[in-house]
Amino acid sequence: MTAKPKIIVGLGTCGIAAGGQDVYQAIEKALAENNIDAELTQTGCIGACENEVLVDIQKPGQPRITYGKVPPEEVGNVVTEHIVKDQISRDFVLGKIGEGDLPAEYEDIPVFFEELPFYQKQNRLCLRNCGFINPEIIDEYVAREGYEALKKVITTMKPEEVVEEVKKSGLRGRGGGGFPSGLKWEFTMKAEGDKKYIVCNADEGDPGAFMDRSILEGDPHSVLEGMAIAGYAVGADEGYIYCRAEYPLAVKRLKLAIEQAKEKNFLGNNILGADFNFDLKVKEGAGAFVCGEETALLMSIEGKRGMPRPRPPFPAQKGLFDKPTCLNNVETFGNVPVVFLKGADYFASIGTEGSKGTKVFALTGSINRTGLAEVPMGITIQEVVYDIAGGLPGDGEFKAVQVGGPSGGCIPKDLLHLPIDYDSLTDAGAMMGSGGLVIMGLDTCMVDIARYFLTFTQSESCGKCTPCREGTKRMLEILQRITTGEGEPEDIEKLKTLGDAISSTSLCGLGQTAPNPVLTTLRYFQDEYEKHIFDKRCPAGICVDLLIYAIDPELCDGCRRCVKACPVDAISGEKKEPHVIDTEACIKCGACLEKCKEEAIKLQS
Amino acid sequence: MIEENDFNYAAVDKIYENWKTQKGALIPMLQEIQHEFGYLPRPALEHLARRLRTPISQIYGVCTFYSQFHLKPRGEHIIRVCQGTACHVRGIAKIAMRLEEELEVEVGDTTEDMLFTYESVACVGCCGLAPVMMVDEATYGRLTPDRVPDILNEYQRGEGNDS
Repeated sequence: MTAKPKIIVGLGTCGIAAGGQDVYQAIEKALAENNIDAELTQTGCIGACENEVLVDIQKPGQPRITYGKVPPEEVGNVVTEHIVKDQISRDFVLGKIGEGDLPAEYEDIPVFFEELPFYQKQNRLCLRNCGFINPEIIDEYVAREGYEALKKVITTMKPEEVVEEVKKSGLRGRGGGGFPSGLKWEFTMKAEGDKKYIVCNADEGDPGAFMDRSILEGDPHSVLEGMAIAGYAVGADEGYIYCRAEYPLAVKRLKLAIEQAKEKNFLGNNILGADFNFDLKVKEGAGAFVCGEETALLMSIEGKRGMPRPRPPFPAQKGLFDKPTCLNNVETFGNVPVVFLKGADYFASIGTEGSKGTKVFALTGSINRTGLAEVPMGITIQEVVYDIAGGLPGDGEFKAVQVGGPSGGCIPKDLLHLPIDYDSLTDAGAMMGSGGLVIMGLDTCMVDIARYFLTFTQSESCGKCTPCREGTKRMLEILQRITTGEGEPEDIEKLKTLGDAISSTSLCGLGQTAPNPVLTTLRYFQDEYEKHIFDKRCPAGICVDLLIYAIDPELCDGCRRCVKACPVDAISGEKKEPHVIDTEACIKCGACLEKCKEEAIKLQS
Repeated sequence: MIEENDFNYAAVDKIYENWKTQKGALIPMLQEIQHEFGYLPRPALEHLARRLRTPISQIYGVCTFYSQFHLKPRGEHIIRVCQGTACHVRGIAKIAMRLEEELEVEVGDTTEDMLFTYESVACVGCCGLAPVMMVDEATYGRLTPDRVPDILNEYQRGEGNDS
């Protein structure tokens, strides 16, 4: 227990974006002005992004109190009142963490992880330290059993036993494919080679995914520890973390963590006195989504164009600089220390038959509580959307959830009961992917969403293989036609044929999964495509070219502003009489919409 | 544009010397050159090719493959508008329109006064705060079109980047 009160500000990228630095400075100022002796520190993302900026205050002997959405102008007061007068601001308090006594009047404050609906169904293994430690201070990681797993592995286990333990845990790759990690380690261990590498894929590029960023920013040492354990198991003495350059804070904290781990001899030569050397480097990406694909990533580390190559040979045989390479994703490595701290049996006891442990999901879109949630495998989509994320805002009705980013698929309402595990999602035409969940309400057009994702994958296609380069382009052209009212009856069949061909013949994962958003929306929402093609209507009211501008005669006060604004003279009407838009002449430029003060101009689908 | 005669080759040499012992260091070298000059000037690439004994075509191939490398000079501040799913759903289009109006440039271009380069980015990973844009390394979340001029103003007055 700390002797001084401790104040912790959430300064991950999300916290900083919400104004965390201002809050931090305001607290510094308040402490100085009121002569308060307290420790002010920072931490990574605890997952409740919706409530940033998060400020925690812990007084000796009391539980830690978490405040959310604290504005800089108020935070000084909140901190002073709490520390000096023991008064907790009801306006901002979210919950309490840990043991200790509070004045009786505050007994009703919910227990953070147990009583807040966002956390009730979570099981935080990989995120165990996120939001608790200062990621820039190694001692705080060590104090929470940090590097204990590495110590145990190096001092008590043979490499074969380490691999066996990971196999027993049932851990599968968290980056998308879900390949059993233990097997991957075994292949690399058994591969012939004087030099082997460990590579961490931190090129989290899926739009809507930020799990890996939060782990790297909030608990970088857990990833380093997982990599060192892998190095010991497969016989590698060097590793790379390939991190996308769009994550400057993650890169900074990783580099700092590596430096600190070297000082403490958790990395470097003769680690912890044993005959084991392991060194790590951070490689920054340069902006290419395809580099998330493992062979492309390795090309990029080698300083080349990041284009995938055919497998086999798999990286475990011939990887980085043609040496056997064990490549896993951030969350996978983050889980490795858990496997050894808690035991493979414990790890395997969580989840389903084929998917063990937990998975971190980034919850975004039309939901009440956006953020990061770590849940046991096998939890249903329903539980995640409603119990954890709190459903849709207002009276919004659920339409679909996009699982797994541009490689995944849209899951409709009648599959809400589906358990989230690798196999169920694949059967439904989606995939676990890296773990983005974008929740969409009735106001989302599924054809537009499919077009959006395909626009992304099409522009990120590296161009090496024809199915992906040309096929995605043709699919996108068809989708663009459909969303602009030029769709033809045979387009649906064409999309299906093309999609299947691209999936089965593309060189790498990017191309093989690129058609998924189109194929799943066709599978579950074909009627929407039909409405666009045959009726030239967009039921959700999103595809602009299919909308009709109309004036609500009840609201129109006949001011003639829109009449003057219309560049094609499509609006007519006498002064003080309701005006009318000639939909044939209208070019849908929206000029009238901007001029109307009565908001009488409506877009109709 | 920089003339070849008075080009600062020493800066390129220094970067090359720093990295030459490491395998596959072309990308970090290019990153540092870009950091030094703000973009990848042709004389720098030609010089690097000579030092590395690598065909310039190969270096050019790497430069054009990755979206973060730029062969033309760029503005003092880089604005990146997020095109991620969440931002798409939460109305980034309106933010982008406002930016284009205010800056009078289109995506990929630099303002005449060289103050801003306006780009779009696939996802900055702050989906919880959508819609989001970045100016240099500062992230601005929960945007509304009306906040756009205020944010630009901070940089025009030379005081941005603190939030």
